[in-house]
Amino acid sequence: MAATYLFRRAVGAVFVLWLAATLAFLALKLTPGDPARALLAASGATSDEIAVRRAQLGLDDPLPVQYGRYLVELVRVDLGESWLHGRPVGQMIVEQLPSTVALAIAATAVAVVLGLLLGLPAALRQGTWVDTLTTSISVVCLSTPTYWSGLLAILVFSLYLPLFPSAGQGSPGHLVLPAGVLGFAMSGAIARVVRAQVVEVLRANYVVAARAKGLTPRRVLFVHVLRNALGPALAVTALQFGFMLSGAVVTESVFARSGLGKLVVQAIVWRDLPVVRGVMLVAALAFVLTSLAADLARGWLDPRLREGLQ
Amino acid sequence: MSSRPAGRRARRLRPIPIAAATWLAVVGVLAVAAPGLAPEGPAAADAARALLPPGASSPLGTDFLGREIWVRLAWGARLTLAAGAAALALAVAVGLPVGLAAGGRGGWVDSVLMRIVDGFLAFPGLLLAMAVMAVLGTGMDSVAIAVGLTAAPAYARVARTIAREVRVQPYIDAARAIGCSPWRIAARHILPNAGPALVSFAGAQLGAILLMMGALNFLGLGAAPGSPEWGMMLADGRGYLRQAPWASVFPGLALTLTVLAANLLGDAWQ
Repeated sequence: MAATYLFRRAVGAVFVLWLAATLAFLALKLTPGDPARALLAASGATSDEIAVRRAQLGLDDPLPVQYGRYLVELVRVDLGESWLHGRPVGQMIVEQLPSTVALAIAATAVAVVLGLLLGLPAALRQGTWVDTLTTSISVVCLSTPTYWSGLLAILVFSLYLPLFPSAGQGSPGHLVLPAGVLGFAMSGAIARVVRAQVVEVLRANYVVAARAKGLTPRRVLFVHVLRNALGPALAVTALQFGFMLSGAVVTESVFARSGLGKLVVQAIVWRDLPVVRGVMLVAALAFVLTSLAADLARGWLDPRLREGLQ
Repeated sequence: MSSRPAGRRARRLRPIPIAAATWLAVVGVLAVAAPGLAPEGPAAADAARALLPPGASSPLGTDFLGREIWVRLAWGARLTLAAGAAALALAVAVGLPVGLAAGGRGGWVDSVLMRIVDGFLAFPGLLLAMAVMAVLGTGMDSVAIAVGLTAAPAYARVARTIAREVRVQPYIDAARAIGCSPWRIAARHILPNAGPALVSFAGAQLGAILLMMGALNFLGLGAAPGSPEWGMMLADGRGYLRQAPWASVFPGLALTLTVLAANLLGDAWQ
């Protein structure tokens, strides 16, 4: 039943989120240092004032009480306050989110197109020089750090050929190089899965049967092969979304873009742990939601999954 | 994946793993021989020789302080390889027992351990490593620990899958039937038979580990300023991209080739 499938997946997603939130809570508690002192360090507060603040923040309560309050706050989308800026973490993240999301979406588009362009010919011309060439290119994509390909892109497309701006944001032109570089890095993994899936489906009996019925190669490819091969490829693309957020952190630094990446790097340098935790939780949420969406899309593409006949 | 005869495929692929192994050997030799080849050390600067292009007097050029790029790359190979090996060892030391316990025991042990592993895998790798860095503080040791811990959950998952495959073999039933303890079965029967697959995955992980360590160093969270770590050299060269592209292009090339070699070797082994 589709409803059971949906429900099972949703419960799994909530469970993973709870686990991620708990890990983030424990990590912050394990860290040496006094949050109240960190919050008030800049203002030169006395130890009495710090003790008052500790009580206000509930830091003197037993750990289970603090944990319960933390979970309630999370459900109410309250991520706490930055130790460095004294501002709500949620607000700081919301300000930076659009820039990072724009980069992630543009890069995913690049990666999917490039991944298909590399993976499909490799599978359809398996064992030929086309396969060797495209497979080699996808390993290079996987192995090239974005912090290097980004610099090369700036060197060639901003300095030698002044086509695109090398830093900052604002216009669509600013997005071209970062999205291209990040999409390039991501396309390798997608190409591999596309190739493996298409190769497997090409050997399936129903493809042989479709060919035997005399369907045109184009119809076999689009109706029988791609429909069955792209489901798993889609799931991997969604899993890559987490990699995409990691990659966005580095890419933002290379191209001096503001965004979640810049926020979290600064937070780590200044040990602003609530901000680090907030960005982590948003990343985990994004990951869980995208893999949930991918699973639902797969179920839509492949009725066998809906029926639980995996 | 291929339906070709195994022998033919192996013959076709052979030059690539050889080239990959050769490059890793070159990096390894440079790392070991750096003190002998360039006794002046990676910090030796000569302001009169700043930003020299690659040429006869300076094979890979010099950076903005007049330090030889090739000398720094050789000394940096020591840092990169040592930290990479430490991170990989940590990933295996944490991930392998968890995976073997989960896959070997099955049941509720498996369920609990794998749910925890899934929780860790919900965080994007680099962000998880950065969170560990936030707890530990910055520095090259923290980078190795953070990256090693980040790689451990994936290793646990793979070790579990492999252990489950081995566990259903008749010789495990036989060992259980003659009264071997679970620990003995894990150590003496499952581990040796799962070995090759585990080594292969560790090799494939090395590429990802090196990339992530380079990223943390590039972001300035790792090695001390001025140290010849490759990711950091790349970041240092950024300010002189127009005048001296070699100062960042060569460290990036060295890192990319090393990651590529590790990935190709991992592929070839499978």
